[in-house]
Amino acid sequence: MLEIKNLHARIAEDGTEIIRGLNLTVKAGEVAAIMGPNGSGKSTLSYILSGREDYEVTEGEILYNGENILELDPAERAAKGIFLAFQYPVEIPGVATMQFLKVAMNEQRKARGEAELTTPDFMRRVKEAAGELKINPDMLKRPLNVGFSGGEKKRAEILQMALLEPKLCVLDETDSGLDIDALKIVADGVNALKSPDRAVIVITHYQRLLDYIVPDTVHVLYKGQIIRTGDKTLALELEANGYADIIGEAA
Amino acid sequence: MNMQTTSRLTAAESALIEAYNQQVGDLPGNGAVISARDRLLEDLKTNGLPTRRVEAWHYTDLKTLLRGLPAAGPAGVAAAPAPLVDSATVIVTQDGLSEAKASVGGVLLGSFDTMLREGTAAPGLSVIDRDDTIGKINGSFVRDGYVLEFPEGVEIEQPIEIQALHGGGQIHTRFPVSFGKGARATVIERHAATTGDQAFVSSVSDISLEDGAEVTWIVLQEQGASDTHLGQVRIRVGADAKLRLFVINAGGKLVRQELRIDVAGEGSDLQLRGVNLLGGDTHTDVTLVLGHNVPNTTSTEIFRNVVFDRARGVFQGMIKVALDAQKTDARMACNTLLMSDDAEFSAKPELEIFADDVQCGHGATVADIDDNHLYYLMARGIPRNKARAMLVNAFVAEIVEELEDEALVEALEAIVSRWLERHA
Repeated sequence: MLEIKNLHARIAEDGTEIIRGLNLTVKAGEVAAIMGPNGSGKSTLSYILSGREDYEVTEGEILYNGENILELDPAERAAKGIFLAFQYPVEIPGVATMQFLKVAMNEQRKARGEAELTTPDFMRRVKEAAGELKINPDMLKRPLNVGFSGGEKKRAEILQMALLEPKLCVLDETDSGLDIDALKIVADGVNALKSPDRAVIVITHYQRLLDYIVPDTVHVLYKGQIIRTGDKTLALELEANGYADIIGEAA
Repeated sequence: MNMQTTSRLTAAESALIEAYNQQVGDLPGNGAVISARDRLLEDLKTNGLPTRRVEAWHYTDLKTLLRGLPAAGPAGVAAAPAPLVDSATVIVTQDGLSEAKASVGGVLLGSFDTMLREGTAAPGLSVIDRDDTIGKINGSFVRDGYVLEFPEGVEIEQPIEIQALHGGGQIHTRFPVSFGKGARATVIERHAATTGDQAFVSSVSDISLEDGAEVTWIVLQEQGASDTHLGQVRIRVGADAKLRLFVINAGGKLVRQELRIDVAGEGSDLQLRGVNLLGGDTHTDVTLVLGHNVPNTTSTEIFRNVVFDRARGVFQGMIKVALDAQKTDARMACNTLLMSDDAEFSAKPELEIFADDVQCGHGATVADIDDNHLYYLMARGIPRNKARAMLVNAFVAEIVEELEDEALVEALEAIVSRWLERHA
């Protein structure tokens, strides 16, 4: 589903190179965890996948279902099924959450040539998904993410993911700032989306989230490269020994 | 009349004098009113229209910007717009003239024409200061309007909508309105063109809030694409009164909206909100002079401006705090989104504080849409143009939503959306 080949990318503004020859393959139905120390390029990778314009790809390619997506803007990528759950979702005053959800769902449907949702159908879907994530309906009456707690913001991200039904889900440190109960709810939400035609990339610092969202593959990212790939036992090894050994081997 | 040499007059100045000479014979008014008119016109003639050398008009050089006047008299009549909210009581001035059948339940309603004929209008046909060009023009030419008197303690549930409509020509209206002690009401002052014919409009609303009155006053300006609109709202706010003043500019070619507010009673609160939607090749100036003249009063002033195309916007916001107006709390903000490289906005906030125990602040920002917001919306599949439109809408909606009244908020948001769809 996703093939990243020899990717090099830098911050557009100052030219700092962050991703330095990254290779990664994720198959449909797979849950891939990307781990790595601070500053290794984890969040940058997620932004580049989503098409954020602050980064510039200088070499390599990203194939999504065989198509090079580097020329597509974030909206086009989203319509093709790529979803990034943000580590720090932005607050947008004046944009009503419900209106935002409806526009996003319908714009994606339009881009795919599908009919727009009727209002009752939309309301039913939101109500169901919000219920499963234990999201208070009052939260949805507020402007987008405004005044949401850290945990509420993460849950709102998963709600969006559930409603938009993407094919490639990228979770950027979705576990940060969540207490254990919220973590379970969020993990259940992600697990409910798992399917043979959908892939999930979980970016995290900690093993903790991977107890609930069990990965098929684990990749260690360091200085903009994947330096080690393994199965879920690799995450446990990292938890026990830290990154130093693996970094030492790679160096 | 003592005619001066006309060689230095601009086309618009000559046209004003000529229009006056033609109209003065049938302008309503008794002797006192006619001499007040003569004095105001004489002042205009002597001093001319203001140029950028006049501080109050520095960013709106009326002498240069006002190219001429359309022919006097109405050009045509077309259908009136639907009221902003269905439940509103609508009273209409068509081409500057009131309607005899107009009435508003619970309110004393009269025509300004009557005040002019009886002479009670004469003291009001005056200028606030020497740079009060709108007062001069309006006082010279005004023919009619409505006089509203809200009795003490009256509570009018449904909004009253004054529709000042025209089909082009020269239109001069005035609306003296008094809210008695404890009166509560919402009034919409709506200026709109019903045809595409060019108009030159001046309008003065002369409003007083007696003690404890609670008033929402909305000025909605939707003039035509070639119209000049010179609006002035004079307000005196009494003790413990609450005034919510909303000003929305969504039309006109050359617009000046003056807000002259005298906070005259202790314990009063003013919430001033403004939205300027500017596009095309237009010039829009909002000038606020707010005097906190007694102790213990509060006010907030927030303006949101969206500027497209080659439009130019101006905000001059002066807050004056008198020497004994201790414990004044006044906060002013002016935020602008510039949507094109040729769009322009000038913001001039000013504080003039003579009291020593006050809280006053002002801030002005000029920016483009926040890239982080745009990215977030796009990352959810919303195409760039649609996402931009949503964010512009949001920038304005934040202010409109402060009105709280759901029907009004919805109606005004619809006007904003429609305007943005036409211009974005």
